Amino acid sequence: MKLELRGITKTFGTFVANDAIDLVVEPGEIHSLLGENGAGKSTLMNVLYGLYRPDGGQILLDDRPVSFSDPGDAMAAGIGMVHQHFMLVPVFTVAENMVLGNEPTRGGLLDLAAARKLVCEISARFGFDLDPDALVEDLPVGAQQRVEIIKALSRRAEVLVLDEPTAVLTPYETDELMAIMRQLRDEGTSIVFITHKLREVKAVSDRITVIRRGKVVGEADPSADQAELASLMVGRQVSLAQEKAPAAPGEIALEVEDLRVTDEAGTRTLDGVSFEVRHGEVLGIAGVQGNGQTELTEALLGLQDSVAGSARLEGRQLVGRSTKQILDAGVGFVPEDRTHDALVADFSVAENLVLDQHDRAPFGTAVSMSLKAIAENANKLIPEFDIRTGSAASAASTLSGGNQQKIVMARALNRELALLIASQPTRGVDVGSIEFLHRRILDERDKGTPVVIVSTELDEVTQLADRIAVMYRGRILGIVPGDEDRDVLGLMMAGYTADAAREAVAAGARTTDSQLADEGDIA
Amino acid sequence: MSTLSETGAAGSAPGVGAGAADAPPPPEERAETALARTLQSIARSDLLVVVMSFVFAFLIGSVLIVIADEEVRTTLGYFFARPSDALTAIWQSVTHAYGAMFRGAVFDGPGFSRVAEDVREAGGSGTYVLFPALAAGLRPLTETLTVATPLIIAAAGMAVSFRAGLFNIGGTGQLIVGAMAAGYVGFAFQLPVVLHLLVALLAGVLAGGVWGGIAGFLKARFGANEVISTIMLNWIATYLLFFALKTTAFTGANQSQPTSPSVGENATLPLLLGGGFRLHAGLFLAAGAAVLLWWLMSRSTLGFHFRAVGSNPRAARVAGISPARTAFLVLAVAGALVGLAGAVHVLGTERRLTEGVAGNIGFDAITVALLGRSGPVGIVLAGLLFAALSTGGRFMETNQGVPLDLVQVIQVLVVLFIAAPPLVRTLIGLRRIDHPGAGARRARRTRAVEVPATVGAAAGASTAAGTAGTTADGPAAGGSDGSSSGGAHRADVPVDGGAPPGDAPPTGASGTGTHARQDPSDGTAPASERGEDTTDAQEDHR
Amino acid sequence: MSTAPVVVADDSVVEKRLDDSRPAGWWHLPATATVLGLIALVFFGLRGLPGAESVFALARETDLNPLGLVPERVTLPSQGGAIALSVLALAASAGLWVLQARKARPSRGVRIALIAVFAVAWVLAFMTWVISQRSLDVTTLLQGTIVLAVPLAFGALSGVLSERAGVINIAIEGQLLFGAFGATLVGSLTGNVWLGLLAAPLVALIMGALLALFAVGYQVQQIIVGVVLNVLAIGVTSFFFGTVMRDNPGLFNAPLRLPTLRIPVLADLPVIGRVLFEQNILVYLMWIIVAGLTVALFRTRWGLRVRAVGEHPKAADTVGIAVNLTRWKNVLLGAAVAGLGGATLTIGTGVAFGEEMSAGKGYIALAAMILGRYHPVGALLAALTFAFADSLQLRLGTMSAAEGGVSIPGDFLLMLPYVVALFAVAGVVGRVRVPAANGQPYVKQ
Repeated sequence: MKLELRGITKTFGTFVANDAIDLVVEPGEIHSLLGENGAGKSTLMNVLYGLYRPDGGQILLDDRPVSFSDPGDAMAAGIGMVHQHFMLVPVFTVAENMVLGNEPTRGGLLDLAAARKLVCEISARFGFDLDPDALVEDLPVGAQQRVEIIKALSRRAEVLVLDEPTAVLTPYETDELMAIMRQLRDEGTSIVFITHKLREVKAVSDRITVIRRGKVVGEADPSADQAELASLMVGRQVSLAQEKAPAAPGEIALEVEDLRVTDEAGTRTLDGVSFEVRHGEVLGIAGVQGNGQTELTEALLGLQDSVAGSARLEGRQLVGRSTKQILDAGVGFVPEDRTHDALVADFSVAENLVLDQHDRAPFGTAVSMSLKAIAENANKLIPEFDIRTGSAASAASTLSGGNQQKIVMARALNRELALLIASQPTRGVDVGSIEFLHRRILDERDKGTPVVIVSTELDEVTQLADRIAVMYRGRILGIVPGDEDRDVLGLMMAGYTADAAREAVAAGARTTDSQLADEGDIA
Repeated sequence: MSTLSETGAAGSAPGVGAGAADAPPPPEERAETALARTLQSIARSDLLVVVMSFVFAFLIGSVLIVIADEEVRTTLGYFFARPSDALTAIWQSVTHAYGAMFRGAVFDGPGFSRVAEDVREAGGSGTYVLFPALAAGLRPLTETLTVATPLIIAAAGMAVSFRAGLFNIGGTGQLIVGAMAAGYVGFAFQLPVVLHLLVALLAGVLAGGVWGGIAGFLKARFGANEVISTIMLNWIATYLLFFALKTTAFTGANQSQPTSPSVGENATLPLLLGGGFRLHAGLFLAAGAAVLLWWLMSRSTLGFHFRAVGSNPRAARVAGISPARTAFLVLAVAGALVGLAGAVHVLGTERRLTEGVAGNIGFDAITVALLGRSGPVGIVLAGLLFAALSTGGRFMETNQGVPLDLVQVIQVLVVLFIAAPPLVRTLIGLRRIDHPGAGARRARRTRAVEVPATVGAAAGASTAAGTAGTTADGPAAGGSDGSSSGGAHRADVPVDGGAPPGDAPPTGASGTGTHARQDPSDGTAPASERGEDTTDAQEDHR
Repeated sequence: MSTAPVVVADDSVVEKRLDDSRPAGWWHLPATATVLGLIALVFFGLRGLPGAESVFALARETDLNPLGLVPERVTLPSQGGAIALSVLALAASAGLWVLQARKARPSRGVRIALIAVFAVAWVLAFMTWVISQRSLDVTTLLQGTIVLAVPLAFGALSGVLSERAGVINIAIEGQLLFGAFGATLVGSLTGNVWLGLLAAPLVALIMGALLALFAVGYQVQQIIVGVVLNVLAIGVTSFFFGTVMRDNPGLFNAPLRLPTLRIPVLADLPVIGRVLFEQNILVYLMWIIVAGLTVALFRTRWGLRVRAVGEHPKAADTVGIAVNLTRWKNVLLGAAVAGLGGATLTIGTGVAFGEEMSAGKGYIALAAMILGRYHPVGALLAALTFAFADSLQLRLGTMSAAEGGVSIPGDFLLMLPYVVALFAVAGVVGRVRVPAANGQPYVKQ
């Protein structure tokens, strides 16, 4: 099916998310939509899928104009979507999720047997191994994504939109996904592939459209040079290879030994993790989302309830202390989930900038707070970190995600630190600011602060880390030097130990990711 | 490898737009948009919503009065024979009721004249007439202040919990235990002047704090839903009071009556206007409670914790603020304030414990706090207003036979209307200003219809942008969430087809005429509280 | 590629590693049970009345009771009986200690069984103590339990319907009150109690429509809407009670009663016959609705969609389910069900409408819903528990304490259901899985 978007415009208040975007996807092609975070890609697809109402423009399927008032219309017209945030009901089974909205019934009751059969049929076609009766919340993210895919396919989607599908996958899973995409294309499905990762775009696309700040800024074919694609996407020349001075590690500052975390259901989410971080060194923690990184950082911050083992900062035990005590000991923390864990949305920017220091001098005492000191602090940090806000008194929720992230980073870096723990330190930040924030992290390292960086973006880890620990299913599979081969890291993220991964790479195992990485070292 | 091809037109759109923007609009248009903007800002103003909320609430109240009025029902029986009877009856039933309400709440005109008459008859003149007459005339106002006193204090307590995101419905219970403790100290002990009063007040504060603290503890320790636990504690406190008033410890010698002895002279709050009026020094405590609320929520560290936990408990926890401990403190502090209200009520107004000592104060405090948006000034104003309504309502009940419950209905309706400004705007016919897309949405409900391809092509429309701002829908065509100032500048191109005439165009090529379109860069994506959707949208705008 | 992977990722199966240590709060349950058991032993047993007897009346002469299978009365020595039952309760708590202290996951069935044994023994110990020197008619007690459970169960089902779709329903109280009011008003005006029964859900729909309008339509904070609507319901009904109904009670507020439908033969069974098979239509409706709703929620297309809307409205939207329409429908349906519950308060029990006659039952229904984990059957069981407390309170309240038996002040008895609800919400519920989107309005861009 041919899909055409003409002049799609979508505004949120005064913000123009999509500005007269034109896009043509021919039948049976993989069309990549490339753009930075916040360029308007997801908005465009949500418009296509009937989730947002466009303020202008037109959608044509096979040259016939259509209009969707809700996703039901879009689905009926043959459009399927794999959402960035999975649209699955966590407490439903795979089969229930798949048939939701399109349920087979028998005698008035749900016919789950038919649903199970359908799951198995479609799974078999693509070699998925999905248990139709498993609860979605119990599945790893990779499998959840497959549920999303079969959900779309079970509705006979002829245009399949994949919104940042690789964000949650290991390099190997990404390769598998690309194989599926090609298989679907060869069967005639048109695919819109949304991403900000240049390598993937080049690997799988038939055509590429680049979007920047809500507008189409160019088209390319997959043979285009990565550097050119990058500058088109970002809007200027970029050189992402951060010149990093070699680390000068000092004494051991943080010593973690056999740290274990058990969640409420009794599952061991962190399983005997040990490592150490020295003064003046960055330890990067790599791994696919959900392999215990969150639990690790939260355990260090005293945010997990059931923690065993030991974590000593300068010889002082952190396990068993309250979050407040740990913060007071000089630990700066950037949580991975900005909206939920880092910011109070209706608090002002100024208040958010002192959230974890509000009762310490000069911002306040145990009884009252100094609004003056808080305002002065904001007036200092807002320009320093280039936080774009109407004023220091604006609510944090009025800022864009990237600027919110800068608040969190500014807060963490705004004092003498004994340890910096940052999860996804640049999530959602534009490329220019990434450079700046990376610089600040490295400066902090060079001041002698021990730094732990957790990131699911391999690029970020390799750029910042002096040593890299790879986590898999609650364990650290190995700690390797910061310049380790990407393929080795990729295999470790999929569960290989460091030695096994090196052997496999030596024997010739390569991913698309690293093949393309060799062409030009670009994010 | 230069296979890139710049798609110029769309890419350089800002330039085109900017050109159109620089041309000043014709004078009339400017005047019109200014007017439209003014109207819009009035329509948006909270004040109009508040005023109209009261108007609608009283209108609905009138309907109830009319339905319940026996004479109206009788006259309606022969409506078609003599409709004037029915209309007169309707008019009279409503005006008499509301007239009595005003007379009972603010200024008693007849009372004023009567006293003035009496004094003149007795040979007085000048100020001899004026002062007693004014005293009689303003007596309702002092009653209103008296009633407002505990209401404001209790509402301050409620506001603390609301601001912290906890729904403390336990006002009644906290008030009762506060009153019981204060009353007990008041009549059972003999202490020196001043000290007695202070001890009694403190007892009320502590008891209320403990009662609120129980719910807080259950919330913090077991995650018990505070709505249910505070409501259960209301009933438990109510029966505790009933039980206490059957024991000799509380009834004293007179065991047959479920009332306590009067509070000792030293423990009462002094009267402000002498024996003829009930107004007492608790009024200052009410003012103090409002100030305390202000300081607590905007200046204190504790208040910072309360607000942080209320708005985002997870982020608060990451910042070292314990949500569980805070939940306990919130309900304890809120309970303490409500307990103070109970103490003030019993030591100042009631002066003894009865089974109905708490009245409706506990629940009214919730509505007052909601109406006052949990802010100190709002609470004082809302407290005075609701107190006026209930003193007036009481007079209306005795004078006109209209039950006091009417007041409760009106109060609640006011809160409901104010909570939903779009509803009020819809009712007064300003809906489109609030929801410019409403009409469009209706037009778009038709499922997956193939619309004729007449929708303005985006790029071409920019020429029309300069003048198209004068369309009827111009001012109303903001973003779908009703952007305020931007809306007036936006020039929507009217589109034929798709939308029925008169409705806002569903798919106008609105973007092209927008001159104020700033390069969003990494800049400000709007993100008010629109739930998950917003988060997603925002993620996308980074 | 000669090297085999060292760890094979098996994505479709989730590996749950069980911890070798006990969960942090493992001792709460057995400790609470032990303390309660000791209280029972000391206060109901050791400090009970020596020599007194407690009589439980069971079967009646007219019952269909071949060979006297069910005895007419069971007489226990008050002190000895209470001691024995307390010891049984303590034994159950000891069992809980053993069960919880083990490192393996305790089996759910055994745990529930032990808790049930504990609860029954404890309650019986309490009853044995409290009716010392007196006789308690078990049939009346249970019959009262059922009657009192009906409004709670209907209210809780109203909550289940609306909260499963993601709308918090604090307004159950108001819905009950409107139902009670509507049933009496219409029944009284028409002189037909069946029309009253029909009117109850329809009048309660007004409350439901208001809740949906503000909570779903205008996205007002749902708890606030609920609380405020309850006050509105009290205000409106009290206003009419104070005017129209007071002016002419015969015309507007006559005490009507739904006929009792006696099921032949079954109703003659001892004890349970009259409890289960000699009730009015509302009681039978309650069983039917609970069963029907259970099937509908968990076995039908409608139920799947409702639960999806309550758990993840956006996901539901992306598959073409109209989220807010579903919520509207469910809130209205819930209100209608609660209206039936309200009818129980007036025409179900044959009393006229009274001011604030729901007396917090809506809130207890809410607690029952939570305690019942948003499941119709759970809600019913919780409602029966609260109703039992209430019924016991009524029975004890009417029994005279003059003969030197144990006397508990009436006001404390009146507190009983509320105290039970408080403990239930705090202790037993702990971690209930609330529908994930409960209370969150769904707004489309």
